[in-house]
Amino acid sequence: MSTTGSTDTANDNKWIGKRTIRPDGADKVTGRAAYAADTTMPGMIWGKVLRSPHPHARIKSIDTSKAEAHPGVKAVMTAKDIVNFPIEKSVMLGIQDMRWMCRNVMAREKALFAGHPVAAVAATTEKIAAEACKLIEVEYEVLPFVIDVEEAMKPDAPILHDFIKYKDKPSNIAGTLEHKLGDVGEGFAKADVVIERSFRTQPVHQGYIEPHACLVSVSDGKATIWSSSQGQFMVRAMCAYLTGLPQNDIRAIPAEIGGGFGGKTIIYLEPLALILAKKSGRPVKMTMSRAEVFHASGPTSGSYSTVKLGATKDGKLVAAQGTFCLQAGALPGSPIRGAAGCAFAPYDIPNVHSFGYDVVSNRSKVAAYRAPGAPIGAYGVECVMDEMAEALKMDPLDFRLKNAAKQGTKAAHGPVYPRIGFVETIEAAKKHAHYTTPLPKARKGMLYGRGVASGFWFNAGGESSAQVNINEDGTVVVITGHPDIGGSRASTANITAELLGIDYKKVSVLIGDTSVIGFSNLTGGSRVTYASAMVVTHSTERVITQLRERAAKIWKIDPDAVVWENGEARPAGDNAGKFEPLSLGQIAAQASATGGPIGAGQQLNTTGAEGGFATHICDVEVDPDLGIVRVLRYTAFQDVGRAIHPSYVEGQIQGGAAQGIGWALSEEYIFNKEGKLDNPSFLDYRMPVSSDLPMLDSVILEIPNPKHPQGVRGVGEVPLVPPLAAVSNAIYDALGRRFYSLPMSPPKVLATMDMAAE
Amino acid sequence: MAKLHVSTTINGEPQEFLCDADQSMLDVLRGPLGLTGAKEGCGTGDCGACTITLNGRIVCSCLMLAAEAEGQKIGTIEGMAGEDLHPLQQKFLESAALQCGICTPGVLMAARALLEKNPDPTEHEVRFWLAGNLCRCTGYDKIIRAVMETAAEMRAAR
Amino acid sequence: MDVHYVAPKTLDEAVRAFAAAAGTGRILAGGTDLLVQMRNGVVSPGTIVDIKKIGELTTIEETKEGGFRIGAAVSGAVLREHPKIRKVWPGVVEATNLIGSTQVQGRATPGGNLCNGSPAGDSVPAMVAAGAIVTIQGPNGRRELPVEKVPKGPGRLNLEPGEIVVSFTLPSRPKGSSDAYLRMIPRTEMDIAVVGCGVSLTIDNGTCTAARVGLGAVAPTVLLVEEAARALIGSKLDDAALAKAAAACSAACCPIDDKRGTIAYRTKVAGVLLKRTALIAAERAGGK
Repeated sequence: MSTTGSTDTANDNKWIGKRTIRPDGADKVTGRAAYAADTTMPGMIWGKVLRSPHPHARIKSIDTSKAEAHPGVKAVMTAKDIVNFPIEKSVMLGIQDMRWMCRNVMAREKALFAGHPVAAVAATTEKIAAEACKLIEVEYEVLPFVIDVEEAMKPDAPILHDFIKYKDKPSNIAGTLEHKLGDVGEGFAKADVVIERSFRTQPVHQGYIEPHACLVSVSDGKATIWSSSQGQFMVRAMCAYLTGLPQNDIRAIPAEIGGGFGGKTIIYLEPLALILAKKSGRPVKMTMSRAEVFHASGPTSGSYSTVKLGATKDGKLVAAQGTFCLQAGALPGSPIRGAAGCAFAPYDIPNVHSFGYDVVSNRSKVAAYRAPGAPIGAYGVECVMDEMAEALKMDPLDFRLKNAAKQGTKAAHGPVYPRIGFVETIEAAKKHAHYTTPLPKARKGMLYGRGVASGFWFNAGGESSAQVNINEDGTVVVITGHPDIGGSRASTANITAELLGIDYKKVSVLIGDTSVIGFSNLTGGSRVTYASAMVVTHSTERVITQLRERAAKIWKIDPDAVVWENGEARPAGDNAGKFEPLSLGQIAAQASATGGPIGAGQQLNTTGAEGGFATHICDVEVDPDLGIVRVLRYTAFQDVGRAIHPSYVEGQIQGGAAQGIGWALSEEYIFNKEGKLDNPSFLDYRMPVSSDLPMLDSVILEIPNPKHPQGVRGVGEVPLVPPLAAVSNAIYDALGRRFYSLPMSPPKVLATMDMAAE
Repeated sequence: MAKLHVSTTINGEPQEFLCDADQSMLDVLRGPLGLTGAKEGCGTGDCGACTITLNGRIVCSCLMLAAEAEGQKIGTIEGMAGEDLHPLQQKFLESAALQCGICTPGVLMAARALLEKNPDPTEHEVRFWLAGNLCRCTGYDKIIRAVMETAAEMRAAR
Repeated sequence: MDVHYVAPKTLDEAVRAFAAAAGTGRILAGGTDLLVQMRNGVVSPGTIVDIKKIGELTTIEETKEGGFRIGAAVSGAVLREHPKIRKVWPGVVEATNLIGSTQVQGRATPGGNLCNGSPAGDSVPAMVAAGAIVTIQGPNGRRELPVEKVPKGPGRLNLEPGEIVVSFTLPSRPKGSSDAYLRMIPRTEMDIAVVGCGVSLTIDNGTCTAARVGLGAVAPTVLLVEEAARALIGSKLDDAALAKAAAACSAACCPIDDKRGTIAYRTKVAGVLLKRTALIAAERAGGK
């Protein structure tokens, strides 16, 4: 069973920490919720994308005349219609560079991966649009291509971008990042045991079930965009950059979103649909097929990394070195910060050198995926941690405990930690029944093993806006600016109801579009509940001040002599007991007479998000004759600061663990000899199905974040960090054979075992 | 060419529509019929988000031609709740058995069909019955629990 | 191109419509392969002939000889719900019901699985092991073929233009007979077989007196592995006999390296599955 353990906080709240029913729930269980592909408009036509069949080719010419003449076609576009950001000058929006975005949404000089858009058509039906795409004549000069990161780093590799230089030579190494602490040379010299290993991971896709979709209408030069994204303000800003429209002429409306996991923090279809809508004068709808999602969106990087750890005989880590080479895909921007930054962050190590390479190759540009980069870094480090614990004859949790970062630890990526809860996750794991119960060995001929691993994610604050309005009948509407991807509206309602002291059902929470709420940064980085709780708290506190003022006005006393308790204004101090308390409803009913509408908004650039830590335990069963690995039991321990809605916190932990198990065992991008993705379907891109997994137990630890009004830490991303190594270490425990490459698929497991047998 | 005229029953009500011979049931539901509760996650029968019932059996509506609906009985998520939510729908809300919600209509349709056939399924049976309904958010834990708990409550209520 | 949909009520009408469509006709049974291929642009049929309105293709009946005749368009779910067939031919039933999800099992048919021409179709090795005879009807009348003779290569069949697979006939069984099917897939469900193995056998007084072995996904077509059957017949399914049969299965493999498995892996796993499948079949037959 999932359990909720509260370590530091008394839970006398009425709504915070309660498992309320999400405000958008009924619509989602009845099929009424409107996702981006569910929306239509009168006069709507359909857009389709023509994609490059080649992984690398110079585009010599594009002739769209036959497509334009095709009956039913209303508009055709190419990269010429998109604002060109010259490669000489970086234009950043968050972590995205418009130089790359304008080339990612549509190929400009060159097609850089198989599936790269080269043109788009809008027509009266999907079928006609697809037919018209085939009539577009593109002359390609096919170029040599390179797919894998190690190949791409070789000196003689085909070069994707002449303008990218590394050590003064054209290179596919588009960037590097380095974290240094102490002196690793001296550190390793002090070590009694040094272990160095290399690891490979394959690109994996975020795997959201809802393909990218949007509907765009342009009228009188003003665009309205309905789309599935992790940020309507990101959609607006990127579309403004790429189409040249000012932001006030674009209204981006967030549809319900069918999963993102980071993959919807950038845009693919929206600017194309906008341009087609503008050209055709008709609303344009575009949706990706599942194959298009796999070919041309996401995934996260594949990697090649080397991790070296040094420890003394008594089990103290003295030095750590890591090199993390990550595929960026066709354009720069792999999550080396997450890989190199998070890799050693759970541990107190005096000497650290962590280095990341951002490497381009001819595959789709990577997008963020749940703790971007961090699982890659942690995979290598946590596997070597396991090997080191074994070499030192220490229990792997004790070894982690001995080296765990705590308040005051200086991390290689910069910060000195405030109060964090990493130690608590290890201690909770150690005493949990999962760890203290011997491995059940149920089936004859099968092998069983247990593994553990830990992980860290930065978490994020950033810009958020909220508006809290009191309705005339005393009910409340809260508007925030973050697409709700996993129940954040429920958390917002819990907080608002708690602060106002009213019933949860009296609070409605809406996600505002770009024209009704202030700027709010992406739903990503595990920041939404953290940051929206801050702006909602500030807004609600200001509303309470107004409520006290109104009551004071009605009673003709000083506002300072009014307190707000249990959803009522009460006279306090000298006036205590002199007046009957006024409920929120009563004050709302008199709002006109006491000064007008009651409501307040807050816009903040939130800070203080502080890191999140987790420790996972995994039991596996291995079929030694077939190489099949099944996860039998899984428990995740995580410091969440404060669980505003425990069910959705558990859900984040369980979902992240499941994705990690898929990454470890079965998910991978497989390219054929022609440089084209060979498994662009849910049939052959093997995400875990329900019968693949056991129950996923989550143990919530609450070590409040001192910098947050409710003590919240980010939750959503940490759960994907430990599983790769937890599964790998469990397989080692079962087989006595270590794996250094993902996924640990049956052919690979069997081949490794056969090698061991020889 | 001329469209096909199809007379069918959807959620207990007679329904007629026109379709192309190669059009899927999913496209007709989501397009002309405006029943967008069935979702397209893959279009190839691998995700289950478009699950409907055909004469009481669950099928992927993306793998069924609309023309095949002639004279048959179709059920969609829009017909699952009566005046009150179906116990599965209510349980999914209470136990947070959904996050983004895109797989939820398909999961609910499949789970209802299971409980109609087998009111007392084991965890193993629920997991294998629902194996064709991909969920990327939940890790399935809360979904499986919600189905098992609903089954227990429905048995107790009989 | 214009597409036509017809749902004839008789086999003759279906054959006529299919033959008239010449190369552009496609048979629609469960549609779980056809619609995927249409969507991916692999096929674009001119005429779709829905055969699910034809009685002979959608029913299961017991034959005079004590066997079963299964209509080619019977879904896996209907096959599973048949009260008798799952007891006599549990391997055929389980194989047919491994195809896809619950949703797919309500639609997918053994006829479609065979005619899709994939060497990895799950029902085919079980049908091959069972010794199923396929009834085929075409413009020139009716004929029969052993099931293993129907596939010609990946996506290709030994059927003449206009011919439709009508049914599978499973023979009657002596006492002490049963069958089983196992496949190796990376996940627990929703995958295409990397290797599939069907075994049908008869056990008399602890000795295997008859056996057939079908092997899928290890060659361009599903294989009938007679060498493996010979290794089992006459034995008590002891380790030595199983090892010999397994080696025969591995030797019969001529697989490919692809996204689903390697040559080495498939070759080894074919033998592993033979052993496991034979033991399950024997246990069901009451002999081990």
